[in-house]
Amino acid sequence: MSDVVVFLFSSSGPDRATEGALGAARNLADSLGGRVHAVLVGASNEALMRASAAVADAVLIADDPALAEYQPEACLAALVQISRMISPRAILLGNDAYSQELAPRLAHRLGGSATGDAVELAVDDGRIRARRPVYGGKAVAVIELLQSPAVVWLRARAFAPAEARDPSGATVTRLAVDVASAGGPRIIERAVEDAGESRLEDARVIVSGGRGLGGPEPFRDLGEVASLIGGQLAASRAACDAGWAPPSWQVGQTGKKVAPGLYLAVAIHGASQHLAGISDAKVIAAINIDPDAPIFKHCSFGIVEDYRKVIPLLRTQLAAQKK
Amino acid sequence: MNIIVCLKQILDPLIPVRDFRIDPELRAAVQGSASLVTNIFCENALETALQLRERAGGKITVLAFGAPSAEDSLRKALAMKADDAVLVVNDGNVHPDPMAVARVLAAAIRKIGAFDLVMLGRESGDWGAGQTGGLLAEELGVASVSFVDAIEVADGESHLKLHLKRQTDTGWERVAAPTPLVVTVTNDEHNVPRIPKTRDVMMSYRQPLAKWTLDELGIDAAAVRAGGDYYRVVDLSIPVRETKCELVSGDSLEDKVSDLAARILQVTRAM
Repeated sequence: MSDVVVFLFSSSGPDRATEGALGAARNLADSLGGRVHAVLVGASNEALMRASAAVADAVLIADDPALAEYQPEACLAALVQISRMISPRAILLGNDAYSQELAPRLAHRLGGSATGDAVELAVDDGRIRARRPVYGGKAVAVIELLQSPAVVWLRARAFAPAEARDPSGATVTRLAVDVASAGGPRIIERAVEDAGESRLEDARVIVSGGRGLGGPEPFRDLGEVASLIGGQLAASRAACDAGWAPPSWQVGQTGKKVAPGLYLAVAIHGASQHLAGISDAKVIAAINIDPDAPIFKHCSFGIVEDYRKVIPLLRTQLAAQKK
Repeated sequence: MNIIVCLKQILDPLIPVRDFRIDPELRAAVQGSASLVTNIFCENALETALQLRERAGGKITVLAFGAPSAEDSLRKALAMKADDAVLVVNDGNVHPDPMAVARVLAAAIRKIGAFDLVMLGRESGDWGAGQTGGLLAEELGVASVSFVDAIEVADGESHLKLHLKRQTDTGWERVAAPTPLVVTVTNDEHNVPRIPKTRDVMMSYRQPLAKWTLDELGIDAAAVRAGGDYYRVVDLSIPVRETKCELVSGDSLEDKVSDLAARILQVTRAM
């Protein structure tokens, strides 16, 4: 009852998020005096298995064909069954859409308590506490989970990876689950939007556009700037709501939480909801016509100028200085 | 089609950071000069419901659990042309946990009657727990789909009645789903909430609006008033974040942009 389960979808990773989730599980289990069970859900993924074995005490592979492609009801049923087999004190997930969809329902079925978007976990007198941003990033709350198991989905990149150990110390077991009877909604079509070379969450450089762009066309120019510095395009909620950029580009409290080395915010005012999505960025730079825009309180460097004048010159300068 | 849309009234999330205050004792935000608004994702849910009703017909009931002031959110929804409105008045803890909220909503929905679809925002702009939809689905014993931005009625199928489009981390998915169903709704360019006509706003104040107390829902009202037993907020603070922004230097725009480019390349080269 002091063990920690971390559910990892085999379709993702290993990446920084899975490393963070495993690191968080290791720390929490050590605080509780329990073991880490890494459960890999979906088609088998050798690399993820090795990364998990280097941190967890037990690696459990749930690669039932019914779980190969995510279906919400079948996956939920599997997670409930696996959780009941292990009876953990805590269950950790990432903050991908699937994990967010499943976590509260999983907690409900197990009689536990959930919270999400956690950036820090602690054990206080046996109670599990999670720190998370609230009020669109304007405040930070510590939530104490009153029922067991604690189910927490993590802003996984905020957690330090665990020190890798000898992977041969971990047991590896295949798990049989019975999800045949799970009916209900079925995903019948999947579409991946053009996200550039890698996922936005893993991008090292991001060039992002906001409401101030005034239309969809400027994203083409931003794309040229991005390609000069190996970056990917993103957008604020305002730009996505206006239809100038696809929803999968949205960065912020309710969009992607990104952690690039450089985040160049172009014509983005910097509402706290947007800033909440870039708090893990190492360097933030801004191009904005409004010197009072909040983005200038959160960036390392910037220019107060109309982006229409800056972008063409910046393109030329980047190309010239790169040589 | 019987649709129930749950609405939450929150402190305007767009208030500037400098005006945002918290009460550390109550562990909640202080309203101050900020206005109360309907959570934007709830309005996205209502807009999605209104568009669905335009194509498929049916009835939309809006439901809120909150302070008496939440009546304003329901009136606005009526002005946007929801059919019926129900307010469950919260006379207890101002921030009940998501399970307490889900139990109240489930009880109110059972009292409203049979439904095909319950729609909620994916999360709220205040506490942003993102759990009410999932917990409510479990309380009602029906399936749920999250992050939906469009709903169509599927034709020619007997048991799969709805086709939902929903957002994922990398794009979107189409989901075939039977009713009854709970969906949480996210924003998209097609579900930006409509602005009600002035005339409809005035009319909405003449429409009936049911007000129910916690005691008439057949649930443990005392537990809800106490805030619930799912989780509790043990600390709330405003993070201090000091970043000094250096504006690029130069006499001309060309010089400034040159400096900007140099700084950008300095960062990217160091990676």
